[in-house]
Amino acid sequence: MAVTRAEVEHVAMLARLSLTEEEITQFTKQLNDILEAVRRMGEVDTTGVPPTMHALDQIKNVFRPDLPRPGLAREDVAGIAPAWAEGLFVVPKVVE
Amino acid sequence: MAHVESLDAELQAAYEPVIGLEVHVELQTDSKVFCSCPTTFGAEPNTQVCPVCLGLPGALPVLNRRAVELALRAALALHCTIPPECKFDRKNYFYPDLPKGYQISQYDQPLGVNGWLEISVNGEVRRIGIRRVHMEEETAKSVHVAGGTHTLLDFNRAGVPLIEIVSEPDIRTPEEARAYLNELQSIMRYMEVSDCKMEEGSLRCDANISVRPRGTDVLGTLVEIKNMNSWRAVQKGLEYEIIRQTRLLSDGEPVVRETRHWDEGRGITRPARGKEEAHDYRYFPEPDLVPLALDPAWVAEVKATMPELPAERRARFVRDFGLPAYDAEVLCADPAVAGFFEATVALYPQPKQVSNWIMKDVLRLLNDAGLPLAATPLRPEHLAELCRLVDQGTINLTVARQVFEEVFANGRAPAEIVAEKGLAQISDESALLKVAREVVAGNPDAVKNYRSGKEKAMGFLVGQVMRATKGRANPELATALVKKALAEQQGQE
Repeated sequence: MAVTRAEVEHVAMLARLSLTEEEITQFTKQLNDILEAVRRMGEVDTTGVPPTMHALDQIKNVFRPDLPRPGLAREDVAGIAPAWAEGLFVVPKVVE
Repeated sequence: MAHVESLDAELQAAYEPVIGLEVHVELQTDSKVFCSCPTTFGAEPNTQVCPVCLGLPGALPVLNRRAVELALRAALALHCTIPPECKFDRKNYFYPDLPKGYQISQYDQPLGVNGWLEISVNGEVRRIGIRRVHMEEETAKSVHVAGGTHTLLDFNRAGVPLIEIVSEPDIRTPEEARAYLNELQSIMRYMEVSDCKMEEGSLRCDANISVRPRGTDVLGTLVEIKNMNSWRAVQKGLEYEIIRQTRLLSDGEPVVRETRHWDEGRGITRPARGKEEAHDYRYFPEPDLVPLALDPAWVAEVKATMPELPAERRARFVRDFGLPAYDAEVLCADPAVAGFFEATVALYPQPKQVSNWIMKDVLRLLNDAGLPLAATPLRPEHLAELCRLVDQGTINLTVARQVFEEVFANGRAPAEIVAEKGLAQISDESALLKVAREVVAGNPDAVKNYRSGKEKAMGFLVGQVMRATKGRANPELATALVKKALAEQQGQE
């Protein structure tokens, strides 16, 4: 199950990455190497071993109580916004 | 595309719609699902945000226990099976309303599965399957200024807890879809899981719909409809799509598998562009949250503290108050209205009379005012007092209605309004007889008609007495006195 150039281009599009032809060649090879390593791990017999969903899967149910607390001051929020107008973040138009 | 109005009976008989609904419901917690920011609706934009819900680097989510309990409540009320353990996943896509580049959701291990709810349409009860109920986080609110060059974002909504409720494709008509949404809304309100206000976006509905030749089991090509922002839009959007797909199939043309947007202004659905095209979310387990164990003891505790379900309350209203099933259904749709009914009956134990008042007057006035019951000054004491004033003969029903409108508007005591405006019924015989004599003398044609056997003329004459007394005459007494006046007149001739 080799990764094709077309798949690399598709994933790059989903991740909003603009890749050069050389990079596509390079990442196609690297991704295939990684998948080969994973395939080799897949040869280990894991019958009866439950999948590990989390590195800390012995720890469960970490909660906080439903108590509201004030968040950031609005001027601090405005300070990290690339663009800001009347209390709102301004971003490029996204609707057709 | 030309606007399509309706299908002829032949096409309706030949094709069957298959509908599944995906409903998002905001949970009414005080704080967000993965951070402590408040969830107050309508706050100034970007005043309820923090590093977690803004997706700042290094910020880590911590799960709100109350959100899990409300989600469990919803799943249990929908008769879902609760697995012993579930987990959270990342749903990856790029959109400005999602600052992390992913939404924390649940993919292959939802919190509840295989549930159902029952709907009743035209007296027929049908069970609609619930495929799954899962938890996720709300996105930011985008504001698109018409003709503007930018999109504006308010992150107050980002991170508000949501559940998504996915039905099985068991729904067959737009009416059933509406009944399903009504029942779902009722259940969520009863469970105090959500206020389910479609106009505030705390309940949103997308639909999956296909059409197939009737009598087959194969599913047709699925189309997803989004952007239906009201109950009416859901009904209209589905009606439109059924007609569109049925026409395509009967003309032998293919239905394209796609997402379409309901265009309220034009009354049509049209193909969506943008993010809905890329259904490639690359889900993977959320490493920032540990698994969620749903210990049976905890689930049992949540179940034990659950309020009564709407179906249970409807059954109780029929059983304990002797109400018709129709009354029970209308009264129980909104738990606040059902509670108002019970509180009024506790003060004035005539259930059917109270039910009539609520169904005819209270719900009409609420609807006209566009208000929830709690936002009006109306209290059970008012309605109970008004019913008693009618029973005691102090006012008649027509006047009671006028008084009620005023109580509804300003919350004053009915007896006070009656006294102040002099609305008490005239039961004084001598005063009413005088009016009756004047009416008989002043309407010779009606009197002639009555004497020639036209019973209807009596209604007219009594009506004139009511008119002369501004509706305050005791109707039975007025009838008796008109007859008396007629007899006197005949005696003089």
